[in-house]
Amino acid sequence: MNKISLIIRREYITRVRKKSFIIMTLLTPFLFALIFIIPMLVMSNEDKNFKKIAVIEEGSDLFTNVIPDTKDTDFEYLQGVRLNDIKNNFSEMGYYGVLYISPQIVTTPDAIQLISRKQPPIGLLDHISGSLEKEIEKQKLLAYNIENLDEILHTINTSVRIQTIKMDESGSTRETSTGISMALAYLGGFLMYMLVFMFGSMVMRGVIEEKTNRIVEVIISSVKPVQLMLGKIIGVALVGLTQFALWIVLTLALVIVVKSSFLPDGAMEQMQQLPQSFAGADQAMAGAGASTISAEQLTEFQKLFAGALNQPWGLIIFSFIFYFLTGYLLYASLFAAIGSAVDNETETQQFMLPVTIPIILGLIVAMGTMQNPESSLSFWFSIIPLTSPIVMMARIPFDVPAWEIALSMGLMLITIFGAVWMAAKIYRTGILMYGKKTSYKELWKWLTYKG
Amino acid sequence: MALFEAQNVTKRFATQTALDSVSISVPEQSIYGLLGPNGAGKTTLIRIINQITAPDSGAIFLNGRPIRPDDVHNIGYLPEERGLYKKMKVGEQALYLAQLKGLSHAEAMRRLKYWFKKLEIIGWWDKKIQELSKGMQQKVQFITTVLHEPKLLIFDEPFTGFDPINVKQIKEEILFLRERGATIIFSTHNMGSVEELCDHITLINKANTILEGSVEKIRRDWAANEFNIIFDGEVTPAGNGHFSVLNSDFEAGKSVVRIKATESGDTNEIIKAMTAAGKVVSFNPALPSMNEIFIRVVETRNREAAKN
Repeated sequence: MNKISLIIRREYITRVRKKSFIIMTLLTPFLFALIFIIPMLVMSNEDKNFKKIAVIEEGSDLFTNVIPDTKDTDFEYLQGVRLNDIKNNFSEMGYYGVLYISPQIVTTPDAIQLISRKQPPIGLLDHISGSLEKEIEKQKLLAYNIENLDEILHTINTSVRIQTIKMDESGSTRETSTGISMALAYLGGFLMYMLVFMFGSMVMRGVIEEKTNRIVEVIISSVKPVQLMLGKIIGVALVGLTQFALWIVLTLALVIVVKSSFLPDGAMEQMQQLPQSFAGADQAMAGAGASTISAEQLTEFQKLFAGALNQPWGLIIFSFIFYFLTGYLLYASLFAAIGSAVDNETETQQFMLPVTIPIILGLIVAMGTMQNPESSLSFWFSIIPLTSPIVMMARIPFDVPAWEIALSMGLMLITIFGAVWMAAKIYRTGILMYGKKTSYKELWKWLTYKG
Repeated sequence: MALFEAQNVTKRFATQTALDSVSISVPEQSIYGLLGPNGAGKTTLIRIINQITAPDSGAIFLNGRPIRPDDVHNIGYLPEERGLYKKMKVGEQALYLAQLKGLSHAEAMRRLKYWFKKLEIIGWWDKKIQELSKGMQQKVQFITTVLHEPKLLIFDEPFTGFDPINVKQIKEEILFLRERGATIIFSTHNMGSVEELCDHITLINKANTILEGSVEKIRRDWAANEFNIIFDGEVTPAGNGHFSVLNSDFEAGKSVVRIKATESGDTNEIIKAMTAAGKVVSFNPALPSMNEIFIRVVETRNREAAKN
């Protein structure tokens, strides 16, 4: 046992000291932080300049004053000006752009042009088209000569928002957010995929390194091959956990620093809604598009927050750790076996495929799971050990019956023993084989060697 | 007493037999040569001794009892295909390998310092392996092999990559280790160093032992009853019923004559004939070199095998 810990320590220390590890660990948080910070910056720097837009209608005045001014955009309705008069010099006249509404608008909806020097923000376009659509609808309705049309329109103006409530058999309910569940499913599934792959192949490269520089023979005259293999797998797992922990800490630190030092107060208030959940971020950002948070949006946030709180966090964290460790162990031992069977990294390809396919299949099914968590495809893939770490992580935010989780985890544990045993057999023979290219037939023989 | 013994060890791989009932017996505190052409099964035998692989049948004894897993602490192995972690520092790496052999950190440090000083590489402690020359790497590897003071040392081609000065230094260290009680199994193709170092040898060919015994005895056994005689001045003895002259050279005032005794040749008679022929400077039986024996034995065997 003491020898395994020596091996683990060496694997851990040499990797953690590597320049590439240090650079990756320090740089990646910047990337992560950028993912959070860029939307904040975009939001806070959204074109706040006051804009004036000239509206020109040719041959009618149907839409005069139809588009209301917004906080930072005024619409000026120019009468008797032709498009060609202003087209080339609107900028000099102090206009941001010219909105040209052709007389055919009622029949041809694309008879509108916004001419500007810069790409107009999407919010502005929505504002214009929304206002015009409403007016055109109104005009069309008017043509039917309905009495009290205004009143009717006012009363039929509704907005629908679905509240999702999950009820378990005992009848207790909790409010959930499908958005958050999806985001968690995505995050869990994808992270699992990334980690298993990244650190699994790190193990493989380590095995190949030891084999190609022939140190393996020296070491296995002191320790058993299986000890060397397990030591490496565990050492790399610890490297992975270290890197992961550092990424989280550094990213949070960076986001906080950037937030407090660069962003204006207004943006900060908006962003304070964010930490409540990663998942809320998308919606919060969309909601915060308008520069003040309305009461409605605030309750939206509260709901999101409540939805996030109502996720089965304990289960999610427990399963994440469980599936990370077991999934990693499963794939890392397969990768170690592959590494032992080849002489260099380019030769790994023929054996990589059967190992990579389940991982990628898992990821694809996990993505589908977000749309339909209850499908039988998702069910089976979350039970089968090769794909279960990824797919089950994507299913858990949508509530999975306990027996399914237990079955999946149980199968996983059994499979790991099988995989480690198998990998150890291949590894033991493989690391001492040089020179000839290994075939699947040969791998099978190694599996059946005695002693 | 034999420190190490292998009895009827057989190991088969899927398509070939690597060792076919091979037995060796290595006396304590001797240097034992394990010889054989490439692919004869030497490496497999060494791996079995190291318990890297297990034999299909046969028994392995160390110190008179069956070998045990924790005997790895009593064995030091310098493989032919050597390797160290290229990016690790020399000292760190030596320390790691020593600890894997069961030495404590403090004890490993103490011994490493001693050996690094002795082999004059103390200045390399903090260098990475990849910055070292091949010979330097070999020295580091030699140290890691002997550091835990094992009773049994296995050196597979220990001199490749060394310059003559370092070869001499390592030879001295090997003899020194034997003096201090170590038993050494020495595998090589360099027959010169076999004559110089080995007390006993086993010659393995195609999974079988074909020659075995002490180096002295083998060379005498294989001697073809030939003698080298050196005379002062130009002398050519004439052959008689006891011997025939094979060749004779005159150079720098001395004659070097090689003769072969006949079946009924009597050594005393031969000597008499020599002293009668001229002034004898030296008279030696011409022992074949291990190199000649190796080639003759292996070739004879292979011819026989081809006939069958």
